[in-house]
Amino acid sequence: MTAVAEKALPSTLRIGLSRGGAEVRQFFRERDAVVFTFALPTVILILLGFIFDEPLDGATDVRVSQVFAAGMIAFGILSTAFISVGVGIAGDREDGTLKRLRGTPTTASAYLIGKIVLVAVTTVAEVALMLTAGVLLFGLELPSDTGRWVTFGWLLALSVIVCTLLGIAASTLARSARSAPAVMNLPVLALQFTSGIFVHVSALPDAMLAVSSWFPVKWMGQGFRSVFLPDAVASQEVAGSWEHGRIALVLIAWCLVGLALCLATFRWTDRRTR
Amino acid sequence: MAVIEVQGLLKRYGRHTAVDGIALAIAPGEVFGLLGPNGAGKTTTVEILEGYRRRDGGDVRVLGEDPDSAGRRWRSRLGIVPQGAQDGAELTVREMVRHVASFYPAPRDPEEVIARCGLEEKAGARLRTLSGGQRRRVDVACGIVGGPELLFLDEPTTGFDPEARRAFWALIRDLAEDGTTIVLTSHYLDEVEALATRLAVLSGGRIVAEGTPGTIGGRTAESIISWHDGNGAQRVVTDEPLPLLAALTGRATPVTDLRVQPRSLEDVYLELIGEAK
Ligand SMILES: Nc1ncnc2c1ncn2[C@@H]1O[C@H](COP(=O)(O)OP(=O)(O)O)[C@@H](O)[C@H]1O
Ligand SMILES: [Mg+2]
Repeated sequence: MTAVAEKALPSTLRIGLSRGGAEVRQFFRERDAVVFTFALPTVILILLGFIFDEPLDGATDVRVSQVFAAGMIAFGILSTAFISVGVGIAGDREDGTLKRLRGTPTTASAYLIGKIVLVAVTTVAEVALMLTAGVLLFGLELPSDTGRWVTFGWLLALSVIVCTLLGIAASTLARSARSAPAVMNLPVLALQFTSGIFVHVSALPDAMLAVSSWFPVKWMGQGFRSVFLPDAVASQEVAGSWEHGRIALVLIAWCLVGLALCLATFRWTDRRTR
Repeated sequence: MAVIEVQGLLKRYGRHTAVDGIALAIAPGEVFGLLGPNGAGKTTTVEILEGYRRRDGGDVRVLGEDPDSAGRRWRSRLGIVPQGAQDGAELTVREMVRHVASFYPAPRDPEEVIARCGLEEKAGARLRTLSGGQRRRVDVACGIVGGPELLFLDEPTTGFDPEARRAFWALIRDLAEDGTTIVLTSHYLDEVEALATRLAVLSGGRIVAEGTPGTIGGRTAESIISWHDGNGAQRVVTDEPLPLLAALTGRATPVTDLRVQPRSLEDVYLELIGEAK
């Protein structure tokens, strides 16, 4: 039947980028997503920053609001990577997006590339927004040496990968798109209290910190503080130093855990409709 | 070569057998209607053919391949209009159709497809704002923009008003004229009668009759004769009406309200699904 030579199928990357365009458009057009996922971390930062706008104990040139502004970048990434991906996939499963894609030459990888594009765009915008608020409202200083920006680079990359992978895996826990935000937000909010993002580390009980140290959030917050705060305040961290090596190790370990969970749990459709 | 060949198809959900050994053969260019009441197993059957669900038994060939193991190339030759999709709510009609076109090796022109589905005026509208009928047209546009050889439509007009249904039927006929093979499920008799070149009646997971809308269930040969007499309303189904009519006219007692009608597809259908229960 096919007299003409068959045209090549579009590559996974090309379909993935097309997915990415559609994902970004839909995200910014959906008011709930923009308000809840995108604006919330900055709103909380501004609130907490003004409530705790006082000098940090034992460091006269650093203010508590600046400590929050630095650590809370972790909140921004949790929002635009973990929550947005988890809620997004639960929604895609329910509204028929995944089913439609499954019926076309799209691959699972192309779908995931689309999510990665969405996460990359929203995270960059989110971090820029939070840093702008930190700098303008609380006098956070952007580092001038390349070393700190290098740290910022790998930390941002690892954090985004960990959160995205865990978000994909967690999406299967939500039984419906409606319950997804609740399911995703609970661990995020709880871990931020116990990991020293919403509360200064020095105020947390040791046992709580010991448990939180098993999860990535504590290390993300610590890492971002190391980028934006003077080295003198490293003494206020749990170990008395920034521990860059350990941060990288923990985050890489969670990348592997996340990847394994994704491969084991990702499904095109709800298990119940097979 | 047949576009779809199915032998002894079996699907169970737990202990419930939803599809119980059906056989189908669909040729290129046919518009095949799968007619049956809710729960008959239409969606299950169609989704097995589309590769969405796995079967528990039987042989299935769709475009020469087994849907369970077929790849991307096979999917690019298929068009699927799913039941009840709500995706892409924030995209416009044009964005959605263009987006879906980008998945295919040789897509149709999205603008042409939009026009053909009667969506030109809505091309810039977000999907969320469309009526049920318009939304379904977008699904059809997405289903055909890849230029499929075989198109599946699962209960495409459920929830439409009569006018929207007529317009939708015209669109399907138009697609059939291009030579696209179409498999359509419905629980509306008139829909299958209006569109299908051939149909199968599915009930309780089995095919209880198969044929063209004109011949199914031996329909052409039979007439229904009904009348009123001293014993009340009478009704006889026969393929030889003349002797009975002669007997009735020769009666001494009065016979009123005498009618001779061909058996309608609806009569046949209701009998078929009644027997199967
Ligand atoms: N995912 C499923 N799990 C369990 N039972 C199902 C599932 N899908 C369909 N069924 C059952 O199988 C039968 C056929 O369903 P379906 O194929 O949806 O019929 P139709 O499309 O003709 O209405 C019904 O009794 C339905 O309840
Ligand atoms: Mg159905």
